[in-house]
Amino acid sequence: MQHFYFDHNATTPVAPEVLETMVPCLGQVYGNASSIHYFGQAAKQKLEAARRQLSTLINANPPDLILTSGGTEADNLAVLGVARAATGATRHVVSSSIEHPAVLAACRQLETEGAAVTRVRVGPSGVIEPEDVRKALRSDTVLVSVMHVNNELGTVQPIAEIARLTRERRIPFHVDGVQALGKMPVDVEALGADLYSVSGHKIYAPKGVGALWVRKGTPMAPIAFGGHHERNRRPGTENVPGAVAFGAAAESAARNLAAETARLTALRDRLENAILDRIPASGINGSVWRRVANTSNVYFDGIDGEALVIALDLRGFSVSTGAACSSGALAPSHVLTAIGLAGERARASMRFSLGRSNTVEQVDALVEALAASVEHLRRISAHA
Amino acid sequence: MPEPGALTAPIAVAMSGGVDSSAVAAMLARQGHAVIGLTMQLWNQRRLPDLVPEGGATGRCCSLDDVYDARRVAEQIGIPYYVVNFERQFEATVVRPFVDEYLAGRTPVPCTLCNNAIKFAHFLEMADSVGAGMIATGHYARIRFDQPTGRYQLLRPADHSRDQTYFLFGLTQAQLARTLFPLGDLTKSAVRDLARSMGLAVADKGDSQEICFVPNGDYAAFLDAYLKETGAASGETAGEIVSADGRTLGRHHGVHRFTVGQRRGLGVAAREPLYVISTDPQSRRVMVGGPEALLCRRFFARGVNWISVAGLDQPVHAEVKIRNQHAAAPATVLPTEDPGRMEVVFDAPQRAVAPGQAAVFYQGDLVLGGGWIE
Repeated sequence: MQHFYFDHNATTPVAPEVLETMVPCLGQVYGNASSIHYFGQAAKQKLEAARRQLSTLINANPPDLILTSGGTEADNLAVLGVARAATGATRHVVSSSIEHPAVLAACRQLETEGAAVTRVRVGPSGVIEPEDVRKALRSDTVLVSVMHVNNELGTVQPIAEIARLTRERRIPFHVDGVQALGKMPVDVEALGADLYSVSGHKIYAPKGVGALWVRKGTPMAPIAFGGHHERNRRPGTENVPGAVAFGAAAESAARNLAAETARLTALRDRLENAILDRIPASGINGSVWRRVANTSNVYFDGIDGEALVIALDLRGFSVSTGAACSSGALAPSHVLTAIGLAGERARASMRFSLGRSNTVEQVDALVEALAASVEHLRRISAHA
Repeated sequence: MPEPGALTAPIAVAMSGGVDSSAVAAMLARQGHAVIGLTMQLWNQRRLPDLVPEGGATGRCCSLDDVYDARRVAEQIGIPYYVVNFERQFEATVVRPFVDEYLAGRTPVPCTLCNNAIKFAHFLEMADSVGAGMIATGHYARIRFDQPTGRYQLLRPADHSRDQTYFLFGLTQAQLARTLFPLGDLTKSAVRDLARSMGLAVADKGDSQEICFVPNGDYAAFLDAYLKETGAASGETAGEIVSADGRTLGRHHGVHRFTVGQRRGLGVAAREPLYVISTDPQSRRVMVGGPEALLCRRFFARGVNWISVAGLDQPVHAEVKIRNQHAAAPATVLPTEDPGRMEVVFDAPQRAVAPGQAAVFYQGDLVLGGGWIE
């Protein structure tokens, strides 16, 4: 059976042009980038070239980019590192209720360390109101952390507006940009953020590489301890093959962004229009307007999302409902709950995230499978 | 035997990660059936961290180790495998009623609740949803279709030492029609041999506990932790330990810590061994007495479900089992005005008839039906 992949927000395949740049770094340019000799220098050159490529994609100054093991480490380093570097008697952090677990759990960790955390709530649009962030700020607020694009809804958050609030008050502002990179233009200077997290495997680079951009002068304590790598901010032998792949993927993303955005918007609209036309009692979750091109979150009232994911997978279509818990079972989505969806509808929702491999034919086949599966599931639950 | 792939609708196997359900999945796959492996995530052990013993939880239901094992077996035999989340349903239909029953002074049977409400209800529906026609589990029991009566009958398994029919008395005809118990004719050691011969990674894994979500069988500690976590404090539960003639013999810390027939943990010195005869959550009194006071000849069972027979319009002689470890004892089951309520009169009095436990009616290997002891 053929399997089609509609879960690009979970991860993406490594693109051929990315793989090509990475392979020589495994067996040929294998030096430790911190070594002073020939082999080390060759690796260091590759590493710094990659850092420049990635910096170009987000309009950053290359030395301000810290390479990490992925998005989670970047988010952890930003949230824990900045909050722990704060010197006041009390510490307060502002975040939102729709953040990724990499930020949510780091905030919970800060609470165990005595910090106060305010989680700004969102309405049905899935877009945070800057005014709500402003109201949450306190005199002892040491960090604001808000995601750029929500991973489940695809909604784009008003980062520049929030940044105006934090800059006025000189509060460091972290943006989790993992789901924005490669899906929309990102310019950290224009956004006015102070820290920005990205991840390689969401943009056709391999798993295991990410980065945190930190504006020069932002106080940040390390969260791991070891050597002097990454300007004393992130110890550990540099992952040169990963970084090189990330750099190549960034360059590729910059080149393809406009055309791929237009193509994915058309595909996404085709998918949504067909669903809304053919499947009764279905609809889009979150704002239809303020979102990236590739993500569609749809509810099908009266069905069990977990059953639909399995039924579709057995038909060859891999989709997601959002988060998986540690056993691999599906956990109720904190994002859909946060935007006010009733439990029933939150459990009846599905995320489709499109990417490079998807075609019109695949989307049409997905709609056929969806229509059949949703009808089957509704028939069963009517009898149960 | 059908040709490989001849059966169009796949069979959904409930895989716990143990040897029994793993063997079921492997046997069916080997027979050429299309098989889908599903593990039910029923309870999050991290919810009540105080209960996890030092060194972490092992050998308990729904642990990540069990999911790992089930996934590995599914991979070995090459079947699609998924974990499905029934935590919400499990808490609502098994855990809460379990807690409520104890607080009401009864002794619940959560495995039966789970079979009735989860395994043969939500799981069956999930199987339907993903296109499976039948479900199969690793229960030791047998199902037979009886032509003359047109009913599906439930029978004890070949290996009586593994008999799980006590927990299955609630199954309906519709559920039985779509269920396979492939281990019903096998002994446990034969199942292990089979698992070994098929090279299954779990062949030598230990048996699971009786109540999967209660660590070490310490239900009182579970109740305390659960009530604390849910904020549903049970109020004052401490009270007096009294004798049948009303004398106060001592005090206890919580009426829900006692079940009928219990001997240990009373903290009362006496010449003869004392047992819990009854508990009363209202007065928070625990009544104790000698072994003779535990004997009971008759009781009523409510919520009766008939399996192998359509119902009862006159008294019938049967063997009645009043707890899982009880050897079914001869009794007469008598209908009452309420068709869901039966009177049971033992030929000889039995020890510790505990309200809340199941009474299951047998004739030889045949499970006639069962109900809940009032």
